[in-house]
Amino acid sequence: MFGTVTLALLEGFLTTLKLFGLTLAIALPLGLLISQGAMSRIVVLKYPLKFIIWIVRGTPLLLQLIIIYYGPGIVMGNPLWGAGDGGRFIAALVAFSINYACYFAEIYRGGIQSVPVGQYEAGYVLGMTKGQIFRKVVLLQVIKRIIPPMSNEIITLVKDTSLARIIAVYEIIWSGQSFIKSDGIIWPLIYTGAFYLIFSGLLTVAFHRLEKRLEFFR
Amino acid sequence: MAILEVNNLKKNFGATDVIKDISFSMNEGETLSIIGSSGSGKTTILRCLNFLEIPDGGTISVKGNMIFDAAKDKKASDREIKKKRLHFGLVFQSFNLFPQYTALGNVMLAPKLLSEEGGDSKKNEIKERALMLLDKMGLSDRVDNYPHQLSGGQQQRVAIARALAMCPDVLCFDEPTSALDPELTGEVLKVIKELAQQNTTMIIVTHEMAFARDVSDRVIFMDKGVIVEQGHPSQIMNDPREERTKKFLAGYTKRL
Repeated sequence: MFGTVTLALLEGFLTTLKLFGLTLAIALPLGLLISQGAMSRIVVLKYPLKFIIWIVRGTPLLLQLIIIYYGPGIVMGNPLWGAGDGGRFIAALVAFSINYACYFAEIYRGGIQSVPVGQYEAGYVLGMTKGQIFRKVVLLQVIKRIIPPMSNEIITLVKDTSLARIIAVYEIIWSGQSFIKSDGIIWPLIYTGAFYLIFSGLLTVAFHRLEKRLEFFR
Repeated sequence: MAILEVNNLKKNFGATDVIKDISFSMNEGETLSIIGSSGSGKTTILRCLNFLEIPDGGTISVKGNMIFDAAKDKKASDREIKKKRLHFGLVFQSFNLFPQYTALGNVMLAPKLLSEEGGDSKKNEIKERALMLLDKMGLSDRVDNYPHQLSGGQQQRVAIARALAMCPDVLCFDEPTSALDPELTGEVLKVIKELAQQNTTMIIVTHEMAFARDVSDRVIFMDKGVIVEQGHPSQIMNDPREERTKKFLAGYTKRL
């Protein structure tokens, strides 16, 4: 039985990992774009983006998942995502990516604004271009500063993927729960916790190493 | 011919005229000190020369070529401004070293980027020159240290080497010792003095009156955005003509 359960949970965890990885792949760069827009002087970009960040951070992710999945069907009479598993997964990925991009955007903003203006000025008087200053001077300082809040947010994402269950994405919690109905046992559901623990443990170690590697400067 | 000629320079922040109408010129190899109370516009002059602020009026000429004319250059592109900046160097009060680079890395970074832009990377020559400059600053045993491993005085000397590495026509110092305790001030003043003796063209904004007197060929006293008086250091320091200069200098002697 243990073997069967483990295999079933691994299958669900694969979906969890896919959702996690793809969300990061989209939200990390998207968040950078959003933060650039929200910090820019272009009013038609700045304020709408700040408004979106407010909405996204101010409402539950669970609700956002429901709205994004069912919304198009209700409002336009067109279930944009299709009815199958693939459609549900994509809807979940969109919701997670937007949500996390907004959180990442705020982290990027904090990191970028914490670099003293003297760093830019030193670059300018040495004849460096804006791009060179960003790439060669500012970027690594920003990365160093955002790693602690980023690792927090990314470890939260590991566990937040379980919310996708609400629109019936077959992730690991769903796999565990299905054993209650089919076999009348609850321990597989509890067992899912071990998967989360091990994975977030690995991430913690990885982030710790990264932090250590950037300790050579202050 | 004057290496630097500044005419009718003006800069205002909102309704405040920080620099009202400044004109002065410098010869090659000259050391010019600017003294005056806080808010008199000394630092703003240096920031204008380095185009960290774009002047609202006036012209700047280097070696007889007008490199900036507010009448037409106020909206100059980033690329044009970047080119103008290369005539000047600036050493900051707060050093502003790049923390993720070693002393050597700080000195090499900008010259390396500039030579890469030009298409050929002269990495070896740049490194040799950077090592020579750090040696000149008395830091040959510190080249591989990161800024946080250096004292304030050492950091400022790295910053001077970094500015020299770009071979500016005029090197500007913005209160280079104000962030240092008295013990460390001496080592920085010493290297600036050596540069003066080697005829580096320099403008120094400073509150170190004794230093300004010893090192400069000429002293400018500023107050409220205008040049009140300028002349030979001993004349300005010992025999000021203007009432405002007298009052300012009296404040210093009283403290001693």
